[in-house]
Amino acid sequence: MKPMATRRKVIQRMLEGAVFLGGGGLIWGSAIKANSKSDYVLRPPGALKEKDFLKACIKCGQCIEACPYDTLKLAQPGDGITNGTPYFEPRTIPCYLCTDMPCTDSCPSGALDLKRLSKELEVPNINNSKMGLAVIHQESCVAYWGIQCEACYRACPLIDKAISLKYEENSVTGKHAKLLPVVHSDVCTGCGVCEHVCIVEKAAIFVLPIDKSTGKVGDHYIKSWEKSDEKRIKENIKSADDDKDIESAIDYLNDDDLIDN
Amino acid sequence: MKLARRDFLKSSAAIAAATAVGVAIPETLKAEAREAEKGWKWDKAVCRFCGTGCGIMIATKDDKILAVKGDPLAPVNRGLNCIKGYFNAKIMYGADRLKKPLLRVDENGNFSKQGKFKTVSWKRAFDEMETRMKATMKELGPTGIGIFSSGQYTIMEGYAAAKLMKAGFRSNNIDPNARHCMASAVAGFIQTFGIDEPAGNYDDMEITDTVVTWGANMAEMHPILWSRITANKLSHPKRTQIVNLTTYTNRTSDLADIEIVFKPNTDLAIWNYIAHEIVYNQPQSIDWEFVKKYTVFATGFVDIGYGMRKPDHPKFTDKEKEIVRNEVAKKLSGDEGESLAYLGYKEGDTLEMTHRDKAANHWIIGYEDFKKALKPYNLDFVANIAKGDSDESIEDFKKKLKSLADLYIEKGRKICSYWTMGFNQHTRGTWVNEQAYMVHLLLGKQSKPGDGAFSLTGQPSACGTAREVGTFAHRLPADLLVANPKHRDFSEKIWKIPPGTLNPKVGSHVMKIHRDLEDGKIKFAWINVCNPYQNSANANHWIKAARTMDNFIVCSDAYPGISAKVSDLILPSSMIYEKWGAYGNAERRTQHWIQQVTPVGDSMPDIWQFTELAKRFKLSEVWGAQKIPGLEGGLPDVLEGAKAMGYSPDDTLFDVLFANEHAKKFAWPDPIGEGRLNTEAAGDKRKVIDGQGKPFKGYGFFLQKYFWEEYREFGLGHAHDLAPFDVYHKCRGLKWPVVDGKETLWRFNSEYDIYAKKANIGPFAFYGKALKNMPQGSLSKPDMSKPKIDLKNKAKIFFRPYMEAPEIPNKEYPFWLCTGRVLEHWHSGTMTMRVPELYRAVPEALCYMHPKDASKQGLVEGDLVWIESRRGKVKAHIETRGRNRVPQGLVYVPWFDEKVFINKLCLDATCPISKETDFKKCAIKITKA
Repeated sequence: MKPMATRRKVIQRMLEGAVFLGGGGLIWGSAIKANSKSDYVLRPPGALKEKDFLKACIKCGQCIEACPYDTLKLAQPGDGITNGTPYFEPRTIPCYLCTDMPCTDSCPSGALDLKRLSKELEVPNINNSKMGLAVIHQESCVAYWGIQCEACYRACPLIDKAISLKYEENSVTGKHAKLLPVVHSDVCTGCGVCEHVCIVEKAAIFVLPIDKSTGKVGDHYIKSWEKSDEKRIKENIKSADDDKDIESAIDYLNDDDLIDN
Repeated sequence: MKLARRDFLKSSAAIAAATAVGVAIPETLKAEAREAEKGWKWDKAVCRFCGTGCGIMIATKDDKILAVKGDPLAPVNRGLNCIKGYFNAKIMYGADRLKKPLLRVDENGNFSKQGKFKTVSWKRAFDEMETRMKATMKELGPTGIGIFSSGQYTIMEGYAAAKLMKAGFRSNNIDPNARHCMASAVAGFIQTFGIDEPAGNYDDMEITDTVVTWGANMAEMHPILWSRITANKLSHPKRTQIVNLTTYTNRTSDLADIEIVFKPNTDLAIWNYIAHEIVYNQPQSIDWEFVKKYTVFATGFVDIGYGMRKPDHPKFTDKEKEIVRNEVAKKLSGDEGESLAYLGYKEGDTLEMTHRDKAANHWIIGYEDFKKALKPYNLDFVANIAKGDSDESIEDFKKKLKSLADLYIEKGRKICSYWTMGFNQHTRGTWVNEQAYMVHLLLGKQSKPGDGAFSLTGQPSACGTAREVGTFAHRLPADLLVANPKHRDFSEKIWKIPPGTLNPKVGSHVMKIHRDLEDGKIKFAWINVCNPYQNSANANHWIKAARTMDNFIVCSDAYPGISAKVSDLILPSSMIYEKWGAYGNAERRTQHWIQQVTPVGDSMPDIWQFTELAKRFKLSEVWGAQKIPGLEGGLPDVLEGAKAMGYSPDDTLFDVLFANEHAKKFAWPDPIGEGRLNTEAAGDKRKVIDGQGKPFKGYGFFLQKYFWEEYREFGLGHAHDLAPFDVYHKCRGLKWPVVDGKETLWRFNSEYDIYAKKANIGPFAFYGKALKNMPQGSLSKPDMSKPKIDLKNKAKIFFRPYMEAPEIPNKEYPFWLCTGRVLEHWHSGTMTMRVPELYRAVPEALCYMHPKDASKQGLVEGDLVWIESRRGKVKAHIETRGRNRVPQGLVYVPWFDEKVFINKLCLDATCPISKETDFKKCAIKITKA
C-alpha cells in the first residue's frame, strides 16, 4: 500500500502544480464541461448528488489519502471526469465498505457527508451508502447459464441482503437447479465488490450510478399487495384545462372521416 | 467421426438401459448431435477438481486446449459445471508452469541442500534420485524411503506408484493426501461393513425426502451435487426437508429448513441423542427385522489417545507439551465424566490412554449394553453440551435437535446423511462415521434408494485411486491389506513377483512420514500430485525437518508451491489432459479419458517418472534380505524365487514390474487410441531427452491399458469388479462393481447388487469380508474366553461415546480455529490461484470472525491480525461479514492461500484409528498486527 500512497501524492502534487502553472481556470474550466464518462462516474460513500458534489468538492484529495485500499482515484486530465475529484472503478479496485468510513469522515467541505450515511437519527453506517447500484446482464452471467458460480453473491459484503440467490429448476438437465444472483436495490450500496470478482471476461454484474441503473414508475398505479406502496400517491393531482379538453373532443367528434369514399 | 459417434450413442444407450434411471435425453444432447464439424475436435474427459466427478468435453486444435464444456451425457452433471470446472481449459497454461527438472546445486553444480535451484536434465535428475535412494536404503532399508501419494493421481499412476513401491522397493511407506480427507470414512466403512465405499449413489439426492449435511458445506464444496439437492427441494418444497449441521453458518444453511450450529466435537453427542430418542422414547421405530437379520451391536476402547506423539518427544516445545500430554493421559471434563460413566469414570478422573495401539479393536456387545451406554444422551444433556451459538436460546436449540431426531425416525420418510471433512477430519472421525451408520441401520434406512448414510469425497480420485488402488501404507488394491498373508500371496501372484517379496509391516501414514523425516527414520521422500508441506497440520515441524536435516525431498509437480519450495529436486509433471487416465468419484463411478494434447515444456507424466526410475534398480539391489524396524527377521531374500520365475538378478524393476511379457501384449497403437497421442507409449513430437540421455520415443506398448487390465484382476469376483479398459472409453463412467456389463446402483441391496443377491439371505446382505470374525465382550472390554462370532453378511451397529477434542480454547487461546475451503479454489491453490479470474474473485484467505469478538478487541472489518496457536502464527485480514458467519468464540480460515499458511497453526492430532488429522479444531488467539 505504501508505494501506492507515495505515487498518489506525486500525482496530486503534479496536478496542483499544473493548475497553478497553467493558470488553473483554463484546465478546470475545460474539465467541468459535462461529458459522457462523467455521467457514469462512481463517487465515494456519502457523496452529495453529482451536481452538488461537483460544487462542493474542493479537490483536496484527502478522501483519496484516507482510503486504505487505494480504491479512490483522483481524476486527471483526459479521464473524462472533472479534474481533481475522487472516483472509483470497481473492476479495478472496489469499495470495501470500511466500517469506520475514513474517506467520508476526512472530507472537509461536506462534498462527502456522513449525514448521508445515516438513516433518520441513527449513527452513520457504511451500509447505508448509495454509490451506485449493481445490475446483472443475464446473458453473460454464467450462473444464469446454470453454472454453479455465484462468486458475486459470496463476495458481497451484504450477502443475502444486497445480493441473494433465487432458485430455479434447470430445464436443460431436468435434475439440477440454477442458483441465480439477484440484486436488491434497496440494500445495494454500489460498492462494486461483485463487479470486481465477476469471473467472466467483462463483468456481467456491474455498478452504475443510481440514476443510470434505475427506472421509475408513475404514481397512478399502486401495488395492492404492499400497503406501504400507497406512499407514492401524490395528492395534488394537476387538474386538466377544461376548455382545451372540450375543444379537442369536439374537434375529434366533428372530424367526419368514418365513411370510406 | 460420424460412425464413431453412432457407435458411441449405441453403447451409451445400452448403459442408460443398464442404469435404468429412465431419464429423458436433455435438450442439449439433441443440440450437440446436430453440431457441425468445426475446426476443433471435442472429446470427453473428467473435471480435474473435486470428488463429484463431473464429465466435461474438451475442444482441442493444433495440440492446444481451446475450450471446455460440461458433458451433456455425463449423468452426474449433464452438461453443467461449477466455477472451478468452468476454468478447466485454463489450468494447464499458467505462466510459471514447471517445464524442466530443477535441482538445488552449489556454485560448482553439485547437489547441495543449501544450494539454489538450477535447471538440470532428466538424466541428471534420475541420477541424483538413484544415488540418494540407494544410499538411504543401504543405511535404513526400504523403510528409509517414502512417497507422499495422492487422491489426484490417475488410477493408473496410483497403481504404478504402489506397485513400484510395494512390489519393487518393498516399502509400504506410500500414503496419500487422501489420508487427510477420507481415512476416517474408510475406517468407518471397513469396521461397519467390512468393505470400503458408499452403498448409495447420487440418485439418492433426487429420490430422498430428507437431506442432512453433517460437517459438509455442500453449497461450496460439492456445488453440482448441491444443485441437484436444490432441485429436489424446489420440486417438493414441503416434503423435502434439509438440515445443515455445522459449527458455523455457511452457504449450505441458505437452503436449509433447519440449521443446527453445534460446538466442535459434539456431533458425537448429537448422534447419540438421536439413538437415545430411538431406543428410549420411540423404540417402535427400530426396524427389528432388519436389525436382527443383518446387524450386530459392537463397541471398542475409549482410552486410545489422539494420534499424537508422546509428550517426551524431543522436538516438542513447552507450549506444545501443554496439549500433547493428553496423548498419554487426560483429565476428564464434567461432560466426559457423564458420557464415560458407563465405564466407571467421573469428572476429574484421569483417563490413562492404555489402548493407543489397539484403537481399532472392537468387539460384539448385546443390545442391552448398547442401550445402557446411550442412557446419558437425553435431550437436556446433549443440548447443553452441543449448543454452538451463544446467541441462541437453549429452548430453540432443543427444538431443533428434537426435529432432527423426528425426521430420522419418521416412518416412511426417506433420509440421507451426507458428510465430508467435518466428520472425517476429527480425532474421533472413525467413531462419528460409525455413528451415522448406527442410526441408519437401527431404523433400517440404509442401502435403499433415497435412504442411507453417504460419505462424500473431497478429491477427484480419492475413491478411484487412493482407496480402490490402495495407495495407502496399509493397503493393496481392491481392499486387500499388506498385513494379511493371504492378501499378500494373492497380490504377489497377480504381480508375478516371488512369494515373500511384499512387506507385511504396515508402512508410515502421511503424518508419520513427516514425523519419520523429523526423526531421521526416512531420508528420501517423493511428493506425487499433492502438496504435503502446505496441507499438513503443524507445518513448521515438517518444513524445518525437510530443509535442515540430512534428507532428500523430490517433488513432482506442475506448478511451484510450498512443497516444491521445500524440496531438493523438482520434477515437472504433465497435467491431467496431457496423459491418458481415469478417476473414480464418490459414487463409485469410474471415468476414463484420453490424452488430449502434448505436455507442456519437458514435463512428463508421473507414470513415466516411475518407469524411468525403475530402470535404475536391479532386482539384486532390492530383493535381497532387508532389515525392517519392528519386523523380526526382516524381509527374506527372494532372489532365488525370482530366478525360479525366470527373472535374472540383473533384470531391472522396469523389466519385471512394467515392461514384462504381459505388458507387451498390450500393443500400441491400439484401436481405442487410433490416431491419438500417448506420450508414454509412443513418445511425442518434443522428443524429450529421457533418463538415459536419449530422445524418448515411447516404450512401444500401451502401458495405461496394461495397468488397468492387471489392476482389474484384483477385484474381479471380489465385489470390486471393474469393466475392461475399452468399455470406459465408450460410456460416461460406470459404478462398480460392474458385473456382466451392468453397474451397481445400491450396494448390499439384493434388488440392485448381484453380490447381495448371490448371498441369498433376503433383501440385503452386508457381504464385506473384513473384520467379520469378532470377539464378544462387555462395554469395557472383549472377553476372549467366549468364542468369536462369525458376522458373515452382517453390518455392525457401533456404540461410541462423546469425548472432547484434545485441545480446547482456554483463557490464553480463547478461540476455536476451524479450517476449510472456498468454492473458488482447489486445495492449496496451485492451479486455481493461477487462473486470473479465480484469483481476482478470492485473492486471499480471510479470517472469518464474529463482529462482537472483533469489537471486544477493538478490531474492525478488514484489520490485519495475528492468528496464533501453540504451534505457530500467521497474519490475515479479518472478515466479520461475508459468506461464513461464525458464532462467538470460533474463527474460520480457509487453507488454500500459501500466504496465510494456516496449517502452521493446526494441531497434528489424528483419529487414532484412521490416522486422519483433525484440521477443524485447535485453540488460537487473535491480536492486532
